[in-house]
Amino acid sequence: MLEIECPWCGSRDQDEFSYGGEAHIVRPLSPENLDDREWGDYLFFRDNKKGQHAEQWCHSAGCRRWFNVVRDTVSYRIVSVYRSGDSSPGDPS
Amino acid sequence: MKKDRYSVFSLARNSVNYHQDWAEAWRSPEPAGEYDVIVVGGGGHGLATAYYLATEHNVGRVALLEKGWIGGGNTGRNTTIVRSNYLWDESAHLYEKSLKLWEGLSQELNFNVMFSQRGVMNLGHTLQDMRDIYRRSNANRLNGIDSEILLPDQIKEIVPAMNVSGDTRYPVLGASYQPRGGVARHDAVAWGYARAADSSGVDIIQNCEVTGIRQEGGSVRGVETNRGYIGAKKVAVVVAGHASVLAEMGGFRLPVESHPLQALVSEPLKPVLDTVVMSNAVHGYVSQSDKGELVIGAGIDAYTGYGQRGSFSIIEGNVAAIVELFPIFSRVRMLRQWGGIVDVCPDACPIISKTPVNGLYFNCGWGTGGFKATPGSGWVFAHTVANDEPHPLNAAFELDRFYSGALIDEHGAAGVAH
Repeated sequence: MLEIECPWCGSRDQDEFSYGGEAHIVRPLSPENLDDREWGDYLFFRDNKKGQHAEQWCHSAGCRRWFNVVRDTVSYRIVSVYRSGDSSPGDPS
Repeated sequence: MKKDRYSVFSLARNSVNYHQDWAEAWRSPEPAGEYDVIVVGGGGHGLATAYYLATEHNVGRVALLEKGWIGGGNTGRNTTIVRSNYLWDESAHLYEKSLKLWEGLSQELNFNVMFSQRGVMNLGHTLQDMRDIYRRSNANRLNGIDSEILLPDQIKEIVPAMNVSGDTRYPVLGASYQPRGGVARHDAVAWGYARAADSSGVDIIQNCEVTGIRQEGGSVRGVETNRGYIGAKKVAVVVAGHASVLAEMGGFRLPVESHPLQALVSEPLKPVLDTVVMSNAVHGYVSQSDKGELVIGAGIDAYTGYGQRGSFSIIEGNVAAIVELFPIFSRVRMLRQWGGIVDVCPDACPIISKTPVNGLYFNCGWGTGGFKATPGSGWVFAHTVANDEPHPLNAAFELDRFYSGALIDEHGAAGVAH
């Protein structure tokens, strides 16, 4: 089980959160100019990193706000937590 | 390399000697410098691929590289359910091909894979569940796949231990039933394919981890491993949860995400359940092994992970569902619990495909349901690799479908949530 530090509510059990997949995916700014390959890449292709992975979580049973987490996908250790729109603070440990 | 056939006579002969003189089931050769085809991944799918490359397509020099020991990944971590009751034509045909191969597999491999066609039941708990079940069942019949609809009293006849009284939070309203479905012995599938592939000349090389894929001018040349460079005309990658890692070595991305998927077994009980019961809505599936253990499958964790373990809350919800269906199991103790890494595609269907690199092929994205497909997956993948083009059965499962939009959406429709 994970214990996740919500940037607004503090440390809570994983059960209060829902997972939102890879972070920092930017919606295409001019969708009408995209070809099938670019749409496919945007919609379906993900990094799926083995190691440190930036991802979105939502405190769905709490403040219901989205934020970003960097987590190690092998040890499941949470490396850092930061608000949406910010960039990763790196590994404080 | 022709081995003695396993038979009642060889069993009797070896029993005289207290079973001390059985020949090794497969060799452990040193890797040669160059192969026609290297299969990366020694799970059931990889072993089946190597076997069919050697036997059906007469590829001379085949090596199979496994970073750990064969069958130690998802092949040894699943709940061994085999069925082919998928909704869409493309997947129904693929899984049905696999089921047909299962039916003759023990004879073909001369290895008892303990395939037991004890039936698979997919429960419906809501009106919409039942509508989906009727639709899927009718689609199965149109594809020549056996499927029946059961109502609660018929379910009770087959599974007396199930609570179908209707006084539960999610009452059992009916089920689809595939009598030809069932379970098989997971290790035996890996060992049977390994022994048969080895007999056909395949070099099975364990403890050999691929660390890089060497390319030249857009074509594959071989693989870097922890035991040195091995050249190959073609490389066939079938590594389940680590598919994205291998794809990165090849220089491209895949539309898969790796998630932990857990399962657990109970202490052995006397026979209580002689079929497979699956429920999509409350999410649990259970069967009883020949040893008497209840084999219970949970769902995936929402987050991605390569750690071969998942969250306790997933198991908690899973066991709650099983206990509601089978109140008689409420005081059964669980013996073991484990996790595997499953590579899930956005449309819950596999990718069996050529890649942007010539001579490099990927078979991945089986998600939570790859075990049942082991023989069929190897069979079509071997065809794809040997002929450099997909078999009609897997033509729809190309990587390109994520650009063309021709997805095969089996989420939920496959009878279990992914």
